[in-house]
Amino acid sequence: MSFLSLDQLRKSFGATQVVKNFNLDIEQGEFVSLLGPSGCGKTTVLRMIAGFESPSHGVIRIGDADVTARRPNQRNVGMVFQAYALFPNLTVAQNVAFGLKVKGVGKAQSAARVAEMLSLVGLGDFGKRYPFQLSGGQQQRVALARALAVQPQVLLLDEPLSALDAKIRVSLREEIREIQQRLGITTVFVTHDQEEALSMSDRIVVMHGGMAQQIGAPHEIYSSPANRFVAEFVGRLNVLDAEVTDAAQGHVSVGGIEIPTGRPLTPGTVPLALRPEAISLGPAPGHDISFTGTVTEVQFLGSVIRVGTHMGGAPVLLDTFNRTGRRPPQLGEKLEFSFNSKGVILLE
Amino acid sequence: MKPKLWSWLVFLIGFAYFALPLIGTLEFSLRKRRGEYSLDAYAWVFEDPQFRETFGYSVVMALLTIVFGMLLVVPTAYWVRLKYPRLRPLFEFITLLPLVIPPIVIVFGYIRLYNTSSFLPMTGTTFGTNMLLMFGYVTLSLPYMYRAVDTGLRTIDVRTLTEAAQSLGAGWVTIIGRIILPNVLIAVMSGAFVTFAIVIGEFVLAALLNRPAFGPYMQLIGANRAYEPAALAVIAFAITWFCIGLMQLASRMTPQSRAKRS
Repeated sequence: MSFLSLDQLRKSFGATQVVKNFNLDIEQGEFVSLLGPSGCGKTTVLRMIAGFESPSHGVIRIGDADVTARRPNQRNVGMVFQAYALFPNLTVAQNVAFGLKVKGVGKAQSAARVAEMLSLVGLGDFGKRYPFQLSGGQQQRVALARALAVQPQVLLLDEPLSALDAKIRVSLREEIREIQQRLGITTVFVTHDQEEALSMSDRIVVMHGGMAQQIGAPHEIYSSPANRFVAEFVGRLNVLDAEVTDAAQGHVSVGGIEIPTGRPLTPGTVPLALRPEAISLGPAPGHDISFTGTVTEVQFLGSVIRVGTHMGGAPVLLDTFNRTGRRPPQLGEKLEFSFNSKGVILLE
Repeated sequence: MKPKLWSWLVFLIGFAYFALPLIGTLEFSLRKRRGEYSLDAYAWVFEDPQFRETFGYSVVMALLTIVFGMLLVVPTAYWVRLKYPRLRPLFEFITLLPLVIPPIVIVFGYIRLYNTSSFLPMTGTTFGTNMLLMFGYVTLSLPYMYRAVDTGLRTIDVRTLTEAAQSLGAGWVTIIGRIILPNVLIAVMSGAFVTFAIVIGEFVLAALLNRPAFGPYMQLIGANRAYEPAALAVIAFAITWFCIGLMQLASRMTPQSRAKRS
C-alpha cells in the first residue's frame, strides 16, 4: 500500500473546478513533482495535502490514516513556501525551533535538533541571525530546516526555488534532493520549471486543466509523452504535420521524406514530433532518415548550438554539441541532417 | 525670490502657527506670581489631590482601554485580512463611525441601553460604570487602533506566515500570540499611544457617566482658576510628547531593529 494516497480528489472554487478526479499514490521516501503551467491545479493539490484547502470530493491518506478532515496543524506535514515564510520576529534558531516548541519538546532536546537541522542545510553558524540578515537562498535553507525539524511524515515544497536567482536555484535543488534522499522523506514538489522536475524527481505528474496528463519517471515523461500537451510542455519539440502514405505499415511522409512509424495508422494527416537533440548534423550511426536543408537560424547556447532548418518544407530546430575545433554551421549553408525514425513521437 | 527662501518662509509661518500658542500658554502659566516668573501654578496643580486622583484614574482607564482594544482589534483585523479580505471596506467603515458619531450621542446611547432598568444594568454599580466608560474609550479609539494594526498587518504576509505556523502544528492562539502580534507590535504601540492621549483628554463620556477622570477635572479647573488651566495644558502637552517619545523608543526595541543597529 502506498504511503501518501490521493483518491478521486476534486476541488471547485465557485463554479470553477480546478482539480478534477485527481489520483496519485506515492511510496515512502519517493520524490514526486507536480509539473504544469500556471492555473493547472498543482498548487491546489499540494494545499489540499497540507490541509489549507479542503477537497470538494475525495480522500487523502497519509500512512494508514485518512487525514482528509484533519486541520493543517494536525497532519504532521512539513511545508516550504515560495516566499520562504520565515517568522521575521524570530531568529534563525527560533524559527527552526518553532515547531518543536509547539510540540512541547524540551529545551535541550530542541537545541540539539536545531543544531542538527542547521548543520544539515549548511547554516550551522547562522542561528542567532534574523531572517532579514540572510540571502534568499539562505532563507529558503532555513525554511527547509524548520520544516524538517518536526520530523514530518511528508514534506511539501511549493515552488521553493522560484524566487531565487538561476545559479542558487541549481545548487539548492541539488542540495534539496540530496537531503531528501539522505533522510528518505516522502516529498511532493510543485514546480512549473521542467528542468527542476526532470532533475530532482523519482516521478513526475504532468498536470493540465486540473487533471494528471501523465505520471511517470522523468525519462518516460520526456521520451514517451502520453499526449500532445505533455510532449509540448516538457522539453522543446518540433511538431510536423505528416501525410499517411501507407496506413497498414504506418508509413508517413513529411514534404516527400518518408518516415516509418512502426505502427498502423488511420489514413489522413497525423502530427509527428521530433526532439531537437534527435536530429543530428550529417549522417550518424543508427540514423535511417536523412534530408538536406538550408541553415536558417543559429543560436549559440554555450555547450550546445541550436540550428534552424527546414525538413520537407516544415521548420525544425536541432541541437548539436559545440565540439572544440568544429566550425559552427553558418546561415544560408546547405547541409545534410539525419535522425532515427524510432525517435519520432506520434502525437495523439 | 529664490525657491529656498520660500520654503523657509512657509516653514516659519507653520512653526509660528504651532509654537506661538504654546509659548503663550507656557508664558502665562508662569505668571501666577506678580512681577516675576514662577512655577506656583504647577506647584498648585501637583499638590492638588484631585489632580493625582483624576490623572491616576485616567491612566488606569487608558491602560485598560489599550489592553481591551488590542484584544479586540488585533484578532479582528487579522481575521478579516486572512479570511474575509472582501469585507475590509465594511470593517473600515464600521471602525470610522466613532469619528462621525459624536461622543455625546454614544454616551446617551449607552446610558439608555445600560441604565439600571435595562437588561444589562451596567450603570448600577461603580465597577459597571467604569467598564462602560472603558468600552466607550475602546470605541472612541477604534478608528486609530484599527488603522494602525491594519497597516502593520499589511507589512507582513499574513496568509503565508499563518500557513507556515499551522504546518508546524501551531493553533490560533499560538499564531496570534507568537507570530502575528510580535510582528505588528510597533503598529499596535502607535495605536496604543494615540489611545492613551485620547483617553487622558476625553471629557464627554467621563463627565456624563460621572466618573472622576482627568478630562472633567481640566474643565473644572479651567472654569474656576486663572493660571492653573494653562499649567495643566502644558502638563497635558508634555504627557503627549512623552507618549510620542515612548512610541519612538518602543519602535527601536524590537529584536529586528536592535539587530539592524548592531
